[in-house]
Amino acid sequence: MALEHTDVLRAAHLARLGLNDDEARHYLEDLGRILSMVDDLQALDTRGVAPLAHPLDATQRLRADEVTETDRREQFQRCAPAVENGLYLVPRVVE
Amino acid sequence: MHDKTLSELASALDAGEFSSRELAETLLTRIDRFDGNLNSFISVTPDQALAAADRADAARARGEAGPLTGMPLAIKDLFCTEGVKTSAGSRMLDNFISPYDATVVEKLKAAGTVSLGKTNMDEFAMGSSNENSFYGPVKNPWDTEAVPGGSSGGSAAAVAAGLVPAAMGTDTGGSIRQPAAFCGITGLKPTYGRVSRYGMIAFASSLDQAGPMARTAEDCALLLGAIAGHDLRDSTSVARGVPDYIEELAAPLNGLKIGLPREYFGDGMDPEVEAAVREAVKVYESLGATVREVSLPHTHYAIPAYYVIAPAEASSNLSRFDGVRFGHRCDNPEDLIDLYKRSRAEGFGEEVKRRILIGTHTLSEGFFDAYYKKAQQVRRLIRQDFLDAFEEVDVLMSPASPTPAFDLGARKDPVSMYLQDIYTIAVNLAGIPGISVPAGFSGGRPMGGRPIGLQILGTHFAEARLLNVAHQFQQATDWHRRRPAIAEETL
Repeated sequence: MALEHTDVLRAAHLARLGLNDDEARHYLEDLGRILSMVDDLQALDTRGVAPLAHPLDATQRLRADEVTETDRREQFQRCAPAVENGLYLVPRVVE
Repeated sequence: MHDKTLSELASALDAGEFSSRELAETLLTRIDRFDGNLNSFISVTPDQALAAADRADAARARGEAGPLTGMPLAIKDLFCTEGVKTSAGSRMLDNFISPYDATVVEKLKAAGTVSLGKTNMDEFAMGSSNENSFYGPVKNPWDTEAVPGGSSGGSAAAVAAGLVPAAMGTDTGGSIRQPAAFCGITGLKPTYGRVSRYGMIAFASSLDQAGPMARTAEDCALLLGAIAGHDLRDSTSVARGVPDYIEELAAPLNGLKIGLPREYFGDGMDPEVEAAVREAVKVYESLGATVREVSLPHTHYAIPAYYVIAPAEASSNLSRFDGVRFGHRCDNPEDLIDLYKRSRAEGFGEEVKRRILIGTHTLSEGFFDAYYKKAQQVRRLIRQDFLDAFEEVDVLMSPASPTPAFDLGARKDPVSMYLQDIYTIAVNLAGIPGISVPAGFSGGRPMGGRPIGLQILGTHFAEARLLNVAHQFQQATDWHRRRPAIAEETL
């Protein structure tokens, strides 16, 4: 599956990763080589094989629906770039 | 004092030869003196270290010392450590002071250990050479022209150079075992789920696992006993008792069945590496083991499957770095999209971006089945190869890496760097444990070359057996006692 320049730009946008045209061209070559290595997988017949998501085939455990965390907002917001009155600040979203 | 193993240090501390504080001060001075060139630490934390050492000395005076009380360690900068910068080797987290401890860190503190600092690593653990760190590459203590391996290269180099007796690493595709091999130390990747991942900065959540790096298998056993176990805060950690890893070290190897995977011994393996591994296997035969060839038929597909699954999980995990809640934020964002895009473009390095792009592409609409689902199906086949092999043999042996440590700057093409991990990657896909132990040197000279590591693999939760098999080798050989010149230097 050959990769196009627009595929790289599309992935960058989906990943919210700033990438100019030149950088995208640079990555296109690398990603093309990686995907051509990955394409070896297509040679393998995997019909009827269940996908393995977890190496031990474990499923998520459930616990009682109880509050176990304490409020540590102040402490957690100390490592934020910009906060005010307990809120995270971002550029205006709604005009 | 800097050359002792943890078990030797415990005896010396018990005998009052020196205090935990003196030990910590000596090693901090060594770090100050020798690490400028090696670059194995990102942060050194003398104040916290000396306070912990004083607490350890007080506990010992009260007769309350455990086997790890007062033991100096270093922690890979991937483990969140309260009040200490936790960067994951990235500019993105250069300003991040963790507000909490990872479970591994919490357990090591509770055991009385003394952390001297946080070690250098490939950014977000993505790399096999430690050249992908925002803080610059780490040098191999055996030869400063060589890489220390990665991604836990700082931890491996610090132990090899005699800066700390042991360190914590993490392993997603070989990141404990390969640097352990390149630096001539012992490193264990436990079974997936054996050690809690809580507070480890996530790379690929179905593959990541923490483990010890030290000078001997015995020290790894001591540390694994302290960090293993179920943790309610990591839903993938396994509720299963933790055996006494020390007690099982002494078991004789009579009748041990060793398998050599046919697919591993072929093209691309350095002849000196192969000779060292075959020599090590002979040592095991002399200890009563039997050897046969086994097959892992899907070996060729492990790297392709890994480079779908790991980047896919990484692209999802790394979406949390948004420039809003923590980490790097760009200046003067125009709008929210600009904030995300520029913060991430500035915060992440080249290899991390490459993997985010690959992962985002393979997970995107129209590609998911062909890549991600296919890779997960292949993952099951790869795991089955190992399960079938362990029906026939107790352990598998191979090199940890096809070559000894390569030169800094030698692998520029990402795919050639990825192929380097051929013997370690399938192990993470299968979730089984593996250990790397020193087994020789390149260059034909016992002391002049670069270290070679023997990798030993076992089935799920066979850590006690692996440590036993590695320990018995270290009773019969002295490769693990060889030290680079920098570790011989005294203050």
